[in-house]
Amino acid sequence: MTPAHLARVAAAATPTPAADTPAAAGGIQDPAGPYALRVNGEVRQVRGAGAADSLLRVLRDELGLTGAKDACEQGRCGSCSVLLDGTLVASCLVLAADAQDAEVMTVEGLAAAGERTRVQQAFLDHGAVQCGFCTPGFVVAATALLTEAPDATEVEVREALSGNICRCTGYGRIVAAVRAVQAGDP
Amino acid sequence: MVLARPRTVDQVLEAMAATPDALLLGGGTDLMFGVNAGHPLPERVVALRRVDELAEVAATGQGHDLGAGLTWRALEVRLAQAHPALAAAARSVGSPQVRNAGTLGGNLGTASVTGSTLPVLAALDAKVVLASATGSRAVPIAEFLRGPGDVDRRPGELIVAVRVARVRGPQQFLKVGLRASVITAVVQCGLVLDLDRREVRCGLGAVGPAPVRPAAAEGFAAEAIDWHRLRAEPGVARRFGELAAESVDPPADLHAPAAYRRHAVRVLAERALTRSLAA
Repeated sequence: MTPAHLARVAAAATPTPAADTPAAAGGIQDPAGPYALRVNGEVRQVRGAGAADSLLRVLRDELGLTGAKDACEQGRCGSCSVLLDGTLVASCLVLAADAQDAEVMTVEGLAAAGERTRVQQAFLDHGAVQCGFCTPGFVVAATALLTEAPDATEVEVREALSGNICRCTGYGRIVAAVRAVQAGDP
Repeated sequence: MVLARPRTVDQVLEAMAATPDALLLGGGTDLMFGVNAGHPLPERVVALRRVDELAEVAATGQGHDLGAGLTWRALEVRLAQAHPALAAAARSVGSPQVRNAGTLGGNLGTASVTGSTLPVLAALDAKVVLASATGSRAVPIAEFLRGPGDVDRRPGELIVAVRVARVRGPQQFLKVGLRASVITAVVQCGLVLDLDRREVRCGLGAVGPAPVRPAAAEGFAAEAIDWHRLRAEPGVARRFGELAAESVDPPADLHAPAAYRRHAVRVLAERALTRSLAA
């Protein structure tokens, strides 16, 4: 591959490479160097992350967003759930550097500071929170479901939340909270 | 580490030509599982998430070319009518979070013993379409899958699609795991009754290094089925299950002992055929 070839790939593959970064020369860059993530509507610079860092680690340790929780790091518990371009994912399984040019939404971004979404309020009203560790993941997963399928049946609600584990509540109150939002309860 | 983020297949192939040892990153659900556990990330990574042309379902004369970038969720939603066993297998995977990320191409490239598309693709006689800078080729799934993590993908080749014929007839996918979600499969069974070719094709997963096609069971069922009425005498499904169980030499691991897996193969194969004939 010629340098010109590489530059052509770079131009297409990398929307906004700074002129003085390696990215400008290759469509290929060192993700351990600074890169930008768009999180909760803001562009955030990531400077100190390791190349192999997950999105979860970068959110928590680099960007100070500790709503997504770090538990299993295997995609099995759902406590790190976030939205990537509006789609529910486990942030522990996303290579942070590969989340460039995507829109990341964490639990912190769902409501304005000091306010609560209807899902969050319903979790409080229905006692769907005990220790609270899994709650941000459930809130994000429930929000994704209600955006995609607002008329989901109870079985569909349970399936949509099947990737999130709660060791306190037994799930009944969590499902009740989601059903209450669907029913339009205040 | 260097990371390429191409947007077209041509750009992927160019990046691979520049870095033939690069790891191809699909949804990350396998890669990051390992990285989080401390396995080093390869020096060079080509990320495929932005390649829209890999996420297409393209109609062919006989069926579809399923893009390697299709997520489990896309397979579940888009193939429910045309390839129901494949859609059912996709829906059985992990969790919504995992199904939104993991891809068909990743399942094939990783070639885990427990990969959930693999037994269904075996039953469908699928072909894996690979492209490189010098051309493309289609490899039968049975030749492509050589063992865990061992596939017939040459340096510089990209899995671009899976070619499946549309099969007229009932299809089933059944899985045993320790619970409904986010589990490692203990046994998987894909079953396809092909009304036009009057074939019974079964793929058994998680019972060996690659999916098993139980030839004796398939041949027995094809002979025993009344293809006009899609019915069989009592005991045929049971015998089909027994023959399927005899065809596997399953491993024992922390998820299940070998005897349990063999028993589960018998039960799932019998159940899949029973449901197909009752449908």
